[in-house]
Amino acid sequence: MSHKDAVRSAITSVLLAASIATAAADETSIQLTEGPGLTQVQATCSMCHSLDYILMNSPFQDKAAWEKTVNKMVKVMGAPLTAADITTVVAYLDTHYGKVAPAAP
Amino acid sequence: MDRRQFILGSTSALTGGVLLPGIVGRAAAQDLPAGAVASGILDALPGKRPLIKRSFRPPNYETPVGYFREAFTPNDAFYVRWHTGVPDIALAEWRLRISGPGVKSEREFTHDALRRKFKTAEVAAVNQCSGNRRGLFGPHVAGVQWGLGAMGNAVWSGVRLKDVLEDAGIAASALEVIGNGADAPTLTGPDFVKSLPMWKALDPDTLIAFEMNGEPLPTWNGAPARLVAPGWTATYWIKALSELTVTDKPFDGFWMKTAYRVPKGMFGASGFESQDTEQNSPITAIKVNSLVVDPAPGVVLERGKRVEVLGIAWDGGSGIRNVEVSLDGGKTWRDAKLQRDLGRYSWRQWRYAIKPDQAGAMTLMARAHARDGSTQTDTLVHNPAGYHHNVVQKVDYHVA
Repeated sequence: MSHKDAVRSAITSVLLAASIATAAADETSIQLTEGPGLTQVQATCSMCHSLDYILMNSPFQDKAAWEKTVNKMVKVMGAPLTAADITTVVAYLDTHYGKVAPAAP
Repeated sequence: MDRRQFILGSTSALTGGVLLPGIVGRAAAQDLPAGAVASGILDALPGKRPLIKRSFRPPNYETPVGYFREAFTPNDAFYVRWHTGVPDIALAEWRLRISGPGVKSEREFTHDALRRKFKTAEVAAVNQCSGNRRGLFGPHVAGVQWGLGAMGNAVWSGVRLKDVLEDAGIAASALEVIGNGADAPTLTGPDFVKSLPMWKALDPDTLIAFEMNGEPLPTWNGAPARLVAPGWTATYWIKALSELTVTDKPFDGFWMKTAYRVPKGMFGASGFESQDTEQNSPITAIKVNSLVVDPAPGVVLERGKRVEVLGIAWDGGSGIRNVEVSLDGGKTWRDAKLQRDLGRYSWRQWRYAIKPDQAGAMTLMARAHARDGSTQTDTLVHNPAGYHHNVVQKVDYHVA
């Protein structure tokens, strides 16, 4: 086991311990809106971060901005999303957490 | 009343997830994205007081402004910012390795060996996240939506980075010092690794710190050791430091080459030429800034009663020359009274007495000037990553 692997394993243990210890007030309290794409969001985005990142970054990103974010997560951060998943996830984010259109005059 | 009671006392209800307009400040809460206000609950990490939660995982927690009444921010109220999971390394197990083409010989130190071999050094310095106040950008930009509290002031203590590097012997070809921490990405993303130019690495105030405010670093703030690069934003203050590599060419990791960048020339010279490109520069020194701490925005002031306004001001290390206050929308300014100078990298507390004589709305503005001649901006200098928000603050009160 390399040093980095050892550290990674230690980090995982710490995260697991932390998630058990603070189960009452942790990220499981985050509720995203139901809709097509939520399954993919929960399965992949949450591999690396809690889903409050989505809430926090809303509602000011238009579809192009969400697309840029999702593509960065896939290309740079390694999120395992297929091309079809990307379309679904971007549509979900745009529909439920996208930029609110200005009110009609 | 202890600090915790004060903070708790200043909001109406604090059980579970409540919103925080009273703590974040009315203006700030209004300017943050609605989703950030809604999800920014008070939550206590183990060993920390309740802080403003921006994200649970990785943990990103902001210090409520009320804690900035103190010259040095208590460790258990100090903000928390991680890109990945938080390493938990016992001091006895910890090692620091120094290698690379820029050193004459490799080194590996335990904590005891480092402390025995090198003189202890300390520095009082503001640690401010590059993205502090990003959430107040208009239009908003993506990222952690920080309000006013992704910063803190502390006395950092450890050994000089310079002494450790010189012990390994610095080669003539040395260009940058790369710092890597024990944190690692969950998937295949880039490891969080940052470099410093040699001049900054060799600055006697740049430290490998083990303590803050006289106590061991909390795990949340980088135990067992973190880099301290006073005057530069916290992205360079690598936490859970484990490796130093002295290179002879510009380090091209994602977090240097692509992230933490500002458009070239927008904020002046970076001081980090080996990382400048034609389009952009790395974010480096903190811009001069100030913050009104007390009374909190939105507070009702009593007409005819004298109130002392308390604030802080800081910059990238030239020091604060003066802080001015305006009560007439910026037409006239008068100097605030600067408090004790705790060092050029520390923030400087200031006080200004007011006696509101007219009932109704009242707006107070504060503007800091640094010794290098720089001052805060009147309007936001918008940039894609949401850095260097140092717009002159306008704080609204009501006089009755």
